[in-house]
Amino acid sequence: MSSLSERPQQAVVGLPLPHEGAALHVTGEALYTDDLVGRTRDVLHAWPVQSPHAHARITALRVDPAYDVPGVVRVLTGADVPGVNDAGVKHDEPLFPAEAMFHGHAICWVLGETLEAARLGAAAVKADYEPLPSLVGVREAIAAGNYQGTGRHLEHGDVDAALSGAAHVFHGEFEFAGQEHFYLETHVALAQVDEAGQIFVQSSTQHPSETQEIVAHVLGVASHAVTVQCLRMGGAFGGKEMQPHGFAAIAALGATLTGRPVRLRLNRTQDLTMSGKRHGFHSQWRAGFDNDGHLVALEATLTADGGWSLDLSEPVLARAMCHIDNAYWIPNLRVDGRIAKTNKTSQTAFRGFGGPQGMLVVEDLLGRCAPLLGYDAMELRRRNLYQPHHATPYGQPVRHADRLETCWSEVRRTGEIERRQAAIERFNASHPHAKRAVAMTPVKFGISFNLTAFNQAGALVHVYKDGSVLINHGGTEMGQGLHTKMLQVAATTLGVPLERVRLAPTRTDKVPNTSATAASSGADLNGAAIKNACEQIRARLAPVAAGPLGISPHDVRFVNGRVTGLYAGDDRLSWEDVVHTAYHQRVQLWAAGFYRTEGLHWDAAAMRGEPFKYFAYGVAAAEVEVDGFTGAYQLRRVDIVQDVGDSLSPLIDVGQIEGGFVQGAGWLTLEDLRWDESDGPNRGRLATQAASTYKLPSFSEMPEVFNVRLLEKAHEDGAVYGSKAVGEPPLMLAFSVREALRQAAAAFGPAGTSVDLPSPATPEAVYWALEQARSAGQLNELDLHGLRSPARLSGV
Amino acid sequence: MSTTIKVNGADLAIDGVPVHTTALDWLRDRGLTGAKEGCAEGECGACSILVARPGIDSPTEWTAVNACLLPVASLDGQEVVTAEGLGSSNALHPVQQELAVRGGSQCGFCTPGFVCSMAAEYYRPTRGAGACDHEHGPNGFDLHALSGNLCRCTGYRPIQDAAYALRDPEADDALAARRTAPPPPPATTRLAGAGAEFLRPAALDDVLEVLADRPEARIVAGSTDAGVEVNLRGVRAPLVVAVDRLAELREFSFGPDEVRIGAALTLSEIERLLAGRVPLLAQMFPQFASRLIRNGATIGGNLGTASPIGDTPPALLALDASVVLVSRRGERVVALADYFTGYRQTLKAPDELIRSVLVPLPLAPLTAFHKIAKRRFDDISSVAVGYGIDVVDGYVRQARIGLGGVAATPLRARATEEALTGKPWTECTVREAAAVMAAEGTPMDDHRASASYRSAMLGQSLLRFFAQHLEIEEVSA
Repeated sequence: MSSLSERPQQAVVGLPLPHEGAALHVTGEALYTDDLVGRTRDVLHAWPVQSPHAHARITALRVDPAYDVPGVVRVLTGADVPGVNDAGVKHDEPLFPAEAMFHGHAICWVLGETLEAARLGAAAVKADYEPLPSLVGVREAIAAGNYQGTGRHLEHGDVDAALSGAAHVFHGEFEFAGQEHFYLETHVALAQVDEAGQIFVQSSTQHPSETQEIVAHVLGVASHAVTVQCLRMGGAFGGKEMQPHGFAAIAALGATLTGRPVRLRLNRTQDLTMSGKRHGFHSQWRAGFDNDGHLVALEATLTADGGWSLDLSEPVLARAMCHIDNAYWIPNLRVDGRIAKTNKTSQTAFRGFGGPQGMLVVEDLLGRCAPLLGYDAMELRRRNLYQPHHATPYGQPVRHADRLETCWSEVRRTGEIERRQAAIERFNASHPHAKRAVAMTPVKFGISFNLTAFNQAGALVHVYKDGSVLINHGGTEMGQGLHTKMLQVAATTLGVPLERVRLAPTRTDKVPNTSATAASSGADLNGAAIKNACEQIRARLAPVAAGPLGISPHDVRFVNGRVTGLYAGDDRLSWEDVVHTAYHQRVQLWAAGFYRTEGLHWDAAAMRGEPFKYFAYGVAAAEVEVDGFTGAYQLRRVDIVQDVGDSLSPLIDVGQIEGGFVQGAGWLTLEDLRWDESDGPNRGRLATQAASTYKLPSFSEMPEVFNVRLLEKAHEDGAVYGSKAVGEPPLMLAFSVREALRQAAAAFGPAGTSVDLPSPATPEAVYWALEQARSAGQLNELDLHGLRSPARLSGV
Repeated sequence: MSTTIKVNGADLAIDGVPVHTTALDWLRDRGLTGAKEGCAEGECGACSILVARPGIDSPTEWTAVNACLLPVASLDGQEVVTAEGLGSSNALHPVQQELAVRGGSQCGFCTPGFVCSMAAEYYRPTRGAGACDHEHGPNGFDLHALSGNLCRCTGYRPIQDAAYALRDPEADDALAARRTAPPPPPATTRLAGAGAEFLRPAALDDVLEVLADRPEARIVAGSTDAGVEVNLRGVRAPLVVAVDRLAELREFSFGPDEVRIGAALTLSEIERLLAGRVPLLAQMFPQFASRLIRNGATIGGNLGTASPIGDTPPALLALDASVVLVSRRGERVVALADYFTGYRQTLKAPDELIRSVLVPLPLAPLTAFHKIAKRRFDDISSVAVGYGIDVVDGYVRQARIGLGGVAATPLRARATEEALTGKPWTECTVREAAAVMAAEGTPMDDHRASASYRSAMLGQSLLRFFAQHLEIEEVSA
């Protein structure tokens, strides 16, 4: 067992604690960035002027009329930018564009004494546009060959030989939708300038260091002149990894030019029409199976719909390609990946970061092929699970692959799958207008940033003379419970009660050069950095205590506020006394911690290496009931077993699993992003740009029975206190819902019906799927035979 | 005239506030930042607050509403409690306690809104009397109380656990005690500034006079529609007239010949006043938006706004309802089937107000309300169908079918009604009529549904109605 993962006696990690902010959340006392506005004097409010065209050159911009609106203070345009006019790191995202690249693109911003003044000022700005041809749908971009960034190629084995030798070969095409993050708190930044010209930006950002860098380059100042703080976020889900920077830069620019605090908060419509989303993908594939249901070869082309700028599309694509295998061993694999450039919002990180899109391709094809192969889909999936001796197509050994089988059988047993399958058969036989189905899907998700450099973290831990502890780290709190876990790690490492530790908000002047709190890595990276800082302090305190205790410094233990030796009968000192003594002996009581994940290597061009520290595993079973009249459905029961290692904080982890699962189910079944792809005047407009038209899961989508279990005896040797990441992997367990819907729709037709299901599988989509199954039932035996031939399975 | 609101026990003045300021923005400007703006259209519930409203089962009921939709002026003289007023981090309210310890908050942004919606249900006088099923806890907690609150983090399970763990309020609970006295009476309000004016007249005659002089006035009751226009479309009406507290618009009577429902009664109030006596409406209420919206939205407002996708019109058309229109010129009764004249256009003259809705008795024996939407709780119809069918001796004596979502107005499915009337109530008749029904209206493609799905759903709806009727027959036989 590594020292990083070893867990001491009476550890605070592992206790099921509520969220550290819970009492503040429930009373409304918790402050979010926009709650600070009323507590700040003389704040100006920002409002964007948004393009009404999907693609247009801005031929004239007349801002003077805005100044005639009472309360308008300043209009910000590209001419005001002292530094670099770019909101990203790729220099393809002009902050003030000369060409509007999507419907809703902000071309300038108005600052007003009130939000109303700014809004009216923005309405008064006159812009002339010369509309240009636009590409809205991903297929349009493919047809036009309009791509951006670097395409990638991943190959392993001999795909051509395997396909030509395969007993069954199927091919298909599948385009599926993206997803809006719909964090309840929209993008917001509040910027101030102090007497020395230092910029202080409070931002709802997952990546304060990058927000800092972009504010600095827009303003043309050094990073040390900009401090970014994030108190907490009202949800982020990846949507605040890259996207907050430009908004923070606008606020900072306004504050610099006016000398007054500037608040920029998007309303929901602005947020939906301006900020990036999960990438929708187009995929084309060919898959070969042997006679025993083994997937022997897969060839696929993935096209990510990147939107107007590159953003994080390249790493998202890389992760999609690395996860097209999901949890299945595919000995021969060839994947080509490319990023379409379209006139839409710049698609970005979203929980899973391409992983869900890659996996959806293989889960969809398994669901479609199983009936054609004559296999129950559940059995087909189980047959193809990775085994311990396997490696991924990019060359990483699948360590602990046996946990897939363990999770699978745990779900089968605790979920009473066999009993329920029999019950479902009886139900379906006696209900002509309703059908049920249960489906099981696995997840294997690689943990670490694909880009090796991001796998580092810092922390700052202060012990004050009275023994109280203040910790600071580079991670941000977006609801995922990172701060709760970090408090538990610090209390465990220092051996003090949890109440002795306080956590200060994330700020770039405390811990510099941080990575985004993303890729499920927050607890792994920051926890290890905090542990490192605490261990430094503990190592300095041990000699202080060793003398009075009469033992060797090596034998000093810190447990729950007491400092003692190895044995129960040893003398004890209080933590406070040791700290007090240490101060008087002039021992340094604070430390900066650092952590870098060891053992990673990745050749991005060749798509080979070991980019992940480990894999997180999970299995879900979902049962649905579909109404044959409408296609409406209900999620009756979900059983999950998830491998989170030895949990740092079980209540938090179960919350992440449940929440991730429901969010994934939302993506796959309900949430329906629709852009106007017509040639009408609203081309490129997001049609679902409000909560009334873009529907998130509500209470009615919660499974009637929802059982979540953490895999037992799951110590992870390479991670802090033996734990594993949890933020993203459970989202992808929601494939079980989609596959159950497919099977329930198929149950309206004859046995062996293969059903195509669009994504999202809305009630309408399920209705057409079950109609398709019903009409298959009206075919004669010859047709049924024809349906089983490979050639029939193409297109969506 | 005092223009103050009692918030968490303290009187706060609203004089000088711009007329279109929402209650949410006003509270947040006063430093009460617990309530949040998540969507600004009453869909997410992050702005939920409690208002002391006249009750049905107790003199006052703590009613949860969306603060983002209400003009703050409409709360003049009222009592409001926010999440901050329920408890503090040192002294949590039972609702806050359960949510906190059970993992009911993750990012916490939606949480104060959940707390208020949950507290309203906690204090519902008749909670505990109902059945325990999938949507009701062992403590009687009705999950529909939370249908207007969205959480993007938790997946809802811990929030449900918290709701179902609530006990009854303690004997010394001040908010529970407050229920036993009436709420403040309606204030007569006039708030003016920056070219706009908000009026809450004391009586119907005063409103009719204003309307006669200034027919362009924007009438609001629960403001669930007008609030969206203010927030999302920047509408700033020069004159807003509130009618939701007018006694003349809040009348209710049942039988013997008709049900008379005051236009300013909220959907929540009507649901409880009817208590299941109009089964078609009883089926519709839980599907009408969310509890938060139903607590504000009125039946008059739903007909006044005349949306083709409103939920009450298909139901009321099937019930053969009429509306009573009133102006200074007098009253007239208009059949709902004639009332809608075009997209968001009606027979109502600019100086007229809907006073009440009349539902004739006896009711048709076979009724149902079908709503097709993406989401079961709180969604807008792709298609809605109301049925009122009378079968005598196995033959359809009369059929009334109201449709929503398939034309520019709500409408009666006349051809389908004709295809059923006088025919035997059999699968054969229904199949033929379903084909007719699938051709009713002129449905469109939009982001909610395709035109072909809408048409298919019309036909399927009749088949489903028949199948469900058969099931009921079999169970009762």
